[in-house]
Amino acid sequence: MRRGNPAVRALPLAPALVLLLLFLAGPIAYCVWIAFTDLQLTGQAHSSFVGLANFRRAFRDDAFLHAVRLTLVFTVLSSLIGQNTLGLALAALMKRASKPVRTLTGGIVVTAWVLPEVVAGFLLYAFFRREGTLNAILDWLHLPRQNWLFTLPVLAVSFANVWRGTAFSMLVYSAALDEIPAEITEAAEVDGAGGWRRLWHITLPMIRRSIGTNLMLNTLQTLSVFGLIWVMTRGGPGNRSQTLPLYMYEQAFQNSMIGYGTAVALLLLVVGSLFSVVYLRLLRTEV
Amino acid sequence: MPRKRSSRRLAADVALLAVAAAFALPLAWVLLSAVDPHAGLRVRVPGGVTLDNFRAVLTPDITYTPLLNSLVLCGGATALTVGCAALAAYPLSRFRSRLNRPFLLTVLFATSLPVTAIMVPVYALFVRVNLIDTFQGTIFFFAASQLPFAIWLMKNFMDGVPRELEEAAWTDGASAAQSLLRIVLPLMGPGLAVVTVFSFVMMWGNFFVPFMLLLTPDRMPASVSINDFFGNRGMVAYGQLAAFSVLYSTPVLLLYVLVARRLGGGFALGGAVKG
Repeated sequence: MRRGNPAVRALPLAPALVLLLLFLAGPIAYCVWIAFTDLQLTGQAHSSFVGLANFRRAFRDDAFLHAVRLTLVFTVLSSLIGQNTLGLALAALMKRASKPVRTLTGGIVVTAWVLPEVVAGFLLYAFFRREGTLNAILDWLHLPRQNWLFTLPVLAVSFANVWRGTAFSMLVYSAALDEIPAEITEAAEVDGAGGWRRLWHITLPMIRRSIGTNLMLNTLQTLSVFGLIWVMTRGGPGNRSQTLPLYMYEQAFQNSMIGYGTAVALLLLVVGSLFSVVYLRLLRTEV
Repeated sequence: MPRKRSSRRLAADVALLAVAAAFALPLAWVLLSAVDPHAGLRVRVPGGVTLDNFRAVLTPDITYTPLLNSLVLCGGATALTVGCAALAAYPLSRFRSRLNRPFLLTVLFATSLPVTAIMVPVYALFVRVNLIDTFQGTIFFFAASQLPFAIWLMKNFMDGVPRELEEAAWTDGASAAQSLLRIVLPLMGPGLAVVTVFSFVMMWGNFFVPFMLLLTPDRMPASVSINDFFGNRGMVAYGQLAAFSVLYSTPVLLLYVLVARRLGGGFALGGAVKG
């Protein structure tokens, strides 16, 4: 290890620090400030400090509480249940499948993940529309059709998020499963443990750290989904698929209440930070 | 028990193919509709194949300008991200300091903050400092939002480069800057490629950031301009929308394949975050 002036050695950190402070920490600090003001887009030139009014208002606002509930449903359905379980199932199946099937499935699932958000939104919009592919399939099977984006918008956008996000869990779990020594699984098999028992008593405990980090990252990702829902439903019909990010946008821009919209954003940020702290604890030994 | 094993493989194959088919349907729609002269909203094999949809969208207005804007925004932001991340990772990886750990923890914490949540204050801030509707403002914000993860990845890759090679260069009188540029970075080529491609792909597909920070239609990147296919132009020309989607998505798919190949299959990202 060479010696040198610590200040000089830390110099390369400067550009990154400046960017992070100006464009990330700055806006977050500003966010905390304007969440306590009545800043608006138009009209009044000055904003004034209003204390907790924005937050009191949020918790009394049915539309806000509705958005919170929808965000929870969307996150649990698409991230906790959908992406996570399907990702694990795909990774486990891939260990047994033949190579061409593995490559094909992996390729298709990953393609859905790499596609730009808005393109993914349009593809699933087309899929769920009244004239779209899903209803065509239901017709063909002689099953009743639905106007999915109208009758079950949250289910449709949740499926869209599963379609788009499962690849990440699949990659994480594939890597995790590869690290389980084959002898352990084989020994359990020889001892007569069936598939489900092996999954429950051996596989899941051995990859539990991966499960933790994957759930955390999926949840955070899903919490802030905007483009996908915006393209598919704009939060509608009415506000029936309006999750927190869309509610925040509507309040801040369509209703020109930046202060109130930011208070909502701050709540979202706080929830994200809490998750982030848990995630850090999971990774604690790694740093 | 070879029979049991092969029947198990068959079951896994069938299950995976079913999932693959479900995932492939929306993708099939975009590919088939792009060459279908009468494209609608459902997947169908076109009666005839045409390139008219591509011809219709390959104009400066619809395709070239938005893609060029995307390239300028994402290229600029990626260069900034990778440059700053490489510099920042060097002292974190090479020198021991009491501040390394808190700094890395903060960076990791920031990695998982929902950027969506700060877009409203960023908008308000950018209006105040006259950065709204400018490429440079958007590039700076893009770079900052991608930086935490880029620094984190870069540091992990840099840790993989053995220190001995550098120490030899130091005894020959090389400075830290020289050893970073001539020895460390060339040796971590694949890692550098992963950070670069990942940053670029994330920004190329990002909708909310340019949607909020840019206002002039001429400055919109493809992720936002694609919205014009609805709304303004009246009837939606689904064939053209599909053709545009193909043109817009192809670069990032190719980049991804390039990196995945180079790293031998699985994306290193899966390994980097598996915990």
